[in-house]
Amino acid sequence: MIVLPLSHILIFSLILFAIGVYGALVRRNIIGILISIELMLNAANINLIAFSKYTSLSPETGQIFAIFVIAIAATAAAVGLAIVLALYRVRKTVYTDEVNLLKW
Amino acid sequence: MPILEMAAKFGTYAVMAVVLIFALGVVTLRNLFHCALCLAAALIGIAALYVVLQAEYLAAIQILLYVGAVVTLVIFAIMLTEHIAEKTIRQNNSQSLLAIAGLLGFVTLLTGLILKTPWPVTLTALKAKVSVMGLGKALMGTYVFPFEIISIILIAALIGTVIIAKKDDPQ
Amino acid sequence: MVTSDQILLVPLLPFLAFVINILAGRWLQHRAAWLSIAASSVACVIALPVCWAVFTGAHFANQGIWLMLDTVPLKFGYLMDPLSATLLFMVTIVGTLIQIYAAGYMHGDPRYSRFFAYVSLFMTAMLTLVISDNFVLFFMAWEIMGLCSYLLIGFYFEKASAANASLKAFLTTRVGDVGFLLGFLTLFAALGTLNFSEMNTLLAGAHKTHVALNTGLLVMAALFIFCGTIGKSAQFPLHVWLPDAMEGPTPVSALIHAATMVAAGVFLVARSFTLFMVVPNVLPVVIAIGTITAFMAAFIALTQNDIKRILAYSTISQLGYMVTAMGLSGLGAGTFHLITHAFFKALLFLGAGSVIHGAHVQDIREMGGLFKKMPQTAVTFIIAALALSGVPPLSGFWSKDEILLTAFGSGNFLVFSVLLLTAFMTAFYMFRLIFLTFFGSARNDQVHAHESPSLMTVPLWCLAIGSIVIGIPGSPLMHHWFQKFMAHMAHYPEYDPSSFVMTCSIAVAVLGITLAGVIYLKQKHWAAAVAKSFPTFYRFSFNKFYFDEFYSAYIVKPFLALSRRLFGFDETVIDGTVNNTGRATMFLSEIKNWIDKYIVDGAVNFMGTAVYFLNSITKRIQTGFIQNYLLIVFLSVLAFLVFELKLT
Repeated sequence: MIVLPLSHILIFSLILFAIGVYGALVRRNIIGILISIELMLNAANINLIAFSKYTSLSPETGQIFAIFVIAIAATAAAVGLAIVLALYRVRKTVYTDEVNLLKW
Repeated sequence: MPILEMAAKFGTYAVMAVVLIFALGVVTLRNLFHCALCLAAALIGIAALYVVLQAEYLAAIQILLYVGAVVTLVIFAIMLTEHIAEKTIRQNNSQSLLAIAGLLGFVTLLTGLILKTPWPVTLTALKAKVSVMGLGKALMGTYVFPFEIISIILIAALIGTVIIAKKDDPQ
Repeated sequence: MVTSDQILLVPLLPFLAFVINILAGRWLQHRAAWLSIAASSVACVIALPVCWAVFTGAHFANQGIWLMLDTVPLKFGYLMDPLSATLLFMVTIVGTLIQIYAAGYMHGDPRYSRFFAYVSLFMTAMLTLVISDNFVLFFMAWEIMGLCSYLLIGFYFEKASAANASLKAFLTTRVGDVGFLLGFLTLFAALGTLNFSEMNTLLAGAHKTHVALNTGLLVMAALFIFCGTIGKSAQFPLHVWLPDAMEGPTPVSALIHAATMVAAGVFLVARSFTLFMVVPNVLPVVIAIGTITAFMAAFIALTQNDIKRILAYSTISQLGYMVTAMGLSGLGAGTFHLITHAFFKALLFLGAGSVIHGAHVQDIREMGGLFKKMPQTAVTFIIAALALSGVPPLSGFWSKDEILLTAFGSGNFLVFSVLLLTAFMTAFYMFRLIFLTFFGSARNDQVHAHESPSLMTVPLWCLAIGSIVIGIPGSPLMHHWFQKFMAHMAHYPEYDPSSFVMTCSIAVAVLGITLAGVIYLKQKHWAAAVAKSFPTFYRFSFNKFYFDEFYSAYIVKPFLALSRRLFGFDETVIDGTVNNTGRATMFLSEIKNWIDKYIVDGAVNFMGTAVYFLNSITKRIQTGFIQNYLLIVFLSVLAFLVFELKLT
């Protein structure tokens, strides 16, 4: 049984998403940014599930979508972390504001 | 029962709050290792939420994949790149104020929008129950195409990751 | 003789000879002389019958329209009346004979053909002058004669003295020519015509019917026209060019400065005779100038030592006689003396040329005893000198006697006595010349004289015959035919022959010759003694009355100073203006350069600088910092939500 109104869950996922964006915009450490991106993706997942539960005509859609999202997120994290490792090997740093070769 | 319902509601709200607190911890803690742990905790909380929303299979997958694999991967990466001894380095960059301002505006805006919109909540959707078998059928039936694509993506990511993270041989 | 238009050929043939000699002279070389002589003789042959017709009473004139000035036609033509017929007869014969002489005299000269070209041009001009029928054509021929005189006097232009003399001749006669030009223009203003016949008719008619003429203008016209005579005929005070004109070759001196060109001035007065008759107030001026000239020139000739200079001063003196005669209204006497003087003066000059050619010296003090070595020259020379001195029955006696008669008969006893004294001096200096040159012993042993070739002596004999016989038409032997002939031209008083005058002139001539013989053959020391006892007179005579020095100091020097001033002005102001224009242009171009560098290029550079400046602001957006880009994306989405979806 569902007890919460839909809007509450949506607001929750919005706040989570906002926190994730904040982290992506503010954190200096690249791995920190990747972690924030995971948060954002999770917020999107919650949205999907909530909608599929409350309003959808075919309830599997939301879950299948969420599964795919999780897969993609994992992939992104893996590739991103590989890039971080490569960057670390060359530049010896993981802080974004030290990596600005494309500066004017 | 009303008490059960109230307890359920209270419990859901509590889980949501905890997740938010852990998320804040993710983005603000100075020690990256602590951030990773907070992330793990937040993800577990989200799994609990999935259970509340009667998506048990997804909760299991979440814990299996996210907490079990992704966070582990992140911790590996932190280990490989971080000097844990450094604690005094600033975590926030110079645009924190602007970001906060923008985000507050964003949240306010959309909150208003969410509250105003008449979501078409249907009872059939609320009453529907999803079984794992149903999921499997949908995955192999209606959604087989994205499924195959995902597999290709996974292979590409696998190969890419290996290549990017490989050490350059001085041959 | 029905038509006389062939008279137009008379000046035209020498002109053709001039053109051919100028253009083909170098190819013709010594044949150039024959061309000129041929042209001249053919002209003579054509002219003589016409002259004979006029002598027997005919009168010819013809005109052609030269150009149209609006509606008034300008006509040029020829006029054959007694005066022009007489002159034409003399000019053609004397001119041809002198050219034959010159063919021998100028032999071996590198510019042989050019000499004959100039002489042919001169003949053209003189013949045109003689037959012209109006003042304009007369003046054009007058000017061309002046040009030929300049060219021929300066023929040996390598000598500085010759070049200076030619310039002096040209400029001095120019002064007279300006007066002449003003004169006939004033005449045109007074009468409205420049044609001689029309002028004569107008003036003669007015004289008879006392029609009011603008006497003031006519007096001015007469005086100005007389200026032309003063210049061209070497009268006082413009006589200074003629002695220096002897720098030219001797045939030139004979032709131009003895027989023809200098006579043109007298011819002018004769042509304008009716004008002078109408304004009798001018005549005393004419007489005065003529008499002063005659006396002064004879006085100077007494002490000169260059053979050609003596003859030059003699020419000036005789021209003075002619002008005096014209002033005494003796048209016949003056013209008669002009004709006879042409013959014997030309002979004298040619003889002098022969002497110079043979002895190679010009100073008579270096000569002596040339009679035996150059007999033909000597005999002809003596004939001419006797004619000049006025010894009868030679031509000079008759003509000079006419002039003395006119002076005596008109009551001008002062003029008569001065002219008589001048005749005495003339005889004296001529025979001084002869005795020093041809008689006595040779004073300079270096002089080895020889007789001239026959090409030169034959003309001498022809002229000698002319000097003897040409006086007969005006003598009692032909009943003064010439004077009566000239009386057809204008009405002037005639005088009966006076035996007193004749006796006086013969006596004076004989006295002069004897005195010269005594002093220069026997008592040679008398000349020096006379010079010592009258030092002032001697000095004035020897130094030509200091005319040249006076003119040089008071006229030539100020003029040169003025021209130097003007040259300085030209250099500083005019050249300065040109240079300053150049500098101004350079200055303007400097300004333009500055504008180009700073303003035009500045605008272009400014564009670049502005872009660079804007760029320096705009490039800061590319920080290379991903999170900045992400922030911008996020804020843009927010803005999109706010503005486009109208969520606020």
